[in-house]
Parts: sequence; structure tokens; C-alpha cells
Amino acid sequence: MKKSTIIWIVVGLVVLLLFVGFKGTYNRMVNMEEAVTAQWSQVENVYQRRADLIPNLVNTVKGYAAHEQETLEAVINARSKATGVNLNAENLDENSIQQFEQAQAGLTSALSRLMVVVERYPDLKANQNFRDLQVQLEGTENRITNERRKFNEVTQAYNTFIRNFPQTIYARIFGFNRKAYFEAAEGADVAPTVEF
Amino acid sequence: MHKILSLLVAVFVSVVSFADNLPQRPQPPTLVTDFANVIPDNQQAQLERKLVDFFASTSTQIAVVSVDNLEGNAISDYAFRLGEKWGIGSEKFDNGILILIKPKQSNSRGEVFIAVGYGLEGVVPDITTKQIIENEIIPEFRRNNYVAGVDKAVSVLIDLTQKEYTAQQYAKNVERGFNPFILFVLIFFVFPILFGRRRKNIYSTGGRSSLPFWLAMGLMGSSRRNHSGFFNDFSSGGGSFGGGGSSFGSFGGFGGGGFGGGGAGGSW
Repeated sequence: MKKSTIIWIVVGLVVLLLFVGFKGTYNRMVNMEEAVTAQWSQVENVYQRRADLIPNLVNTVKGYAAHEQETLEAVINARSKATGVNLNAENLDENSIQQFEQAQAGLTSALSRLMVVVERYPDLKANQNFRDLQVQLEGTENRITNERRKFNEVTQAYNTFIRNFPQTIYARIFGFNRKAYFEAAEGADVAPTVEF
Repeated sequence: MHKILSLLVAVFVSVVSFADNLPQRPQPPTLVTDFANVIPDNQQAQLERKLVDFFASTSTQIAVVSVDNLEGNAISDYAFRLGEKWGIGSEKFDNGILILIKPKQSNSRGEVFIAVGYGLEGVVPDITTKQIIENEIIPEFRRNNYVAGVDKAVSVLIDLTQKEYTAQQYAKNVERGFNPFILFVLIFFVFPILFGRRRKNIYSTGGRSSLPFWLAMGLMGSSRRNHSGFFNDFSSGGGSFGGGGSSFGSFGGFGGGGFGGGGAGGSW
């Protein structure tokens, strides 16, 4: 066998090995990025679920606590603000997540103010429809906490993977960017407890 | 050498700090895991058998776990993470339920939470778990009778997940004596929000025909009011043929089910 043939075979093998390794890494990055995107839509789902509960909640409260117009309007406004923020799941950078977060936090605080106000209306608190809505709301807050935690977990896995060597090289070449986390700020990770 | 050693230490430390402080899966796997020792041993075996039989015939896993300490977590959060870590329910169907109990101690309230896996949220809605907790569990727990409360709750959950009756019928049963208007509210307002955001025409089509049906079912269901039978097997005709030669007291293990945040809790 000629020397040059051997060299070509070795070169071919090395290229093949590199290709197989590269293919695995690249596909894994794609899968992990897809997992983040999928989890993000779960997060949006549960926030949407909360937004969907609000019209009924507001109507029920209105029947008993007509004097709380201001608080109710604050909830409605915060809701329309929160549903107005839509993110592109492909581009989850710090800014856009923060924007989303702020709008949702506005709704969270408006809702918790409403729940404090409601304490003054024993008839409302005894209303079965209202109690059911409270359970729904509580469950939705639990889901929000849970899906946010899962989002941070898959995002962390993805971020760690693309920043490790040698994946970081491919990530730069093919534009896999680091994705932002949810901040656990201001007790936002703790679902508000609804006592009754 | 030193470098490698310190690297190993660093890796080890980072792994440890990353690990959560949730209890490990029991080995061998059990569906009743009584870390807090609130369930007497002989009754624990009975409850375990009931759950294993149910798992063998339906593949739904209902796990009961008691812990002394929630390590500073909200019980809901603890329950979802524990359910997910142990993988209660099958990976394919996410059909796990976790009843988590933190017993009342001299310096803290008792807390209980029923976490429902993704796949069962439809048949066991949050409102129903809340009702189970308020009507079956807490009255017994208040009397320090943990096993009776759990057993009643398990009976209801088994019936619900086997579709012996629906969440609406259970609601009807526990609310007997209240205004039937509640049921209307539940059916026409709460469940549409829950399940059918898009079904705008629910009033015109589904509503009219379903009304007599629910009333009829409610009347028929009246005999199921009472869950106080101790270790009563409600699953009529539900022998476990699926298990084949599976031995009592052990099951195949948890399957990797996921939890999305369904369920409700209570305290006493």
C-alpha cells in the first residue's frame, strides 16, 4: 500500500469522527433549544389561564363589592397590559423576559390587592362561586410557579451545555445564544396563599 | 495530581450544592411512604395493598407520603417537586397523584396537599381536590386519625380516576343540602373557563341537554354520599386482572410522571 493512501484513509477517518461528534453535539443543542421553547409556551399557557379567570372573578366581586371600582379597574387594566406583552419564543433575552415579567407582576400585585379588599365582604367570601374561583386562582398560581421553575431548569441545562467546551465553538458559529432566566425577585416565586 | 484532586472536589461540591433536599425515592419502591410515622404499620400495609391493586388494574399511581418537615418550602411546591423527582405516574400518561401530609406538630400547623399529575387534571380538577381535602381529609386529621382521612380520600380518588363518577357528581354529593344553584354555577361558569375557552356556544347546545342528565345522575349518586366505611373497596367489580402474577405489597416502581401544578391543599 502506498504511503499516500494510508494518509488519506487516516484523514478520512478523522474527518468522519469529527463529523459524527459534531452532528451529535449540534443535534443535542437543537433539541435543548426546542425544550426551552416548548417550556416557554407552557409558561405562557399558565399565565393565559390566569388572565382567562379574571373576567369572571371581577364580575363576581362586582356583584358584592360595587364600591371597590378602583381596585377592580386596576385589575382589569393590569390584565390587558399583561396580555398585551407577547414574546417571540426564539428570542428569550434578558430584556424581553424582564418586560414580560413586569407586566405579569403588575397583574399579580393588582390581584393580591383585590384579595385583601375582598376580606371586608363576608357575603362575598361565603359565595360558593367566589370560593371556587379562589381555588382556581390558587391552582393557577401554583401552576405558574411550577412552570417557571421548569423553565429555569431547562434553560439552565441549555445554557450550561452551549457554554461548555467544545460546544461553545459550534454555538458561536451557528448562533445558539444564551437564554435568560426568570428572576425570583420580590417573592415572585412564592405563590400567594389565599386564606379563607 | 493536586490539580486533578481539586478539580474532583470542585465537581463534587457543585453536584452537592445542586442537589435538592427532597427525600430519596424509597427502596424498594412503596406507594405509602410514612417518613413522619403517622400511619400504624398494619394499616399502612392494608393501604399499600389497596393502592398497589389499583395501580395493577388501572396503571394510575396514587402515592401517599408524610414528612416531618417541609424544609421551608410551600407545601404545594414541595409536593410538585417530590412528585416529579420520584416520577409518580407513568411517563407516557402522567397519571400520578401524590397526597403529601405534614402532620400537625406542637409548634406548627398541619398541612396537606393533593398534587395531580398532568394527565389526571381533567378527571380530578383543583376544585375537587379542595373538596376532598375539606370534606374527607381534614375532619379526620383534626381527630388525629390520619389513616382514616387518607383512606377516604384515596377511595374518592380511585372512584374519580376510574370514572365511577365524575368530579361534578362528587361535588353534587358533598354539597347536598346546599343550594343546587351551585351546581349550575359550576357547570355553566367554572367548567367552561376550565375546559372550553373556545366553546362559545355552550349555552345553546351543550347546556340544555346536559341539565336533566346531571340532575338524574345526582339523584342516582345519592347513595354514594358516605365514604366513612373503613377500607371499603368502592370499585365494584374491579378485580385486578391486569397484574398477572404480581405479588402483593410491591409494585414495579415509579414511572417518571410529570406534574404541572394541578391540585389543592389545606391546613388545620
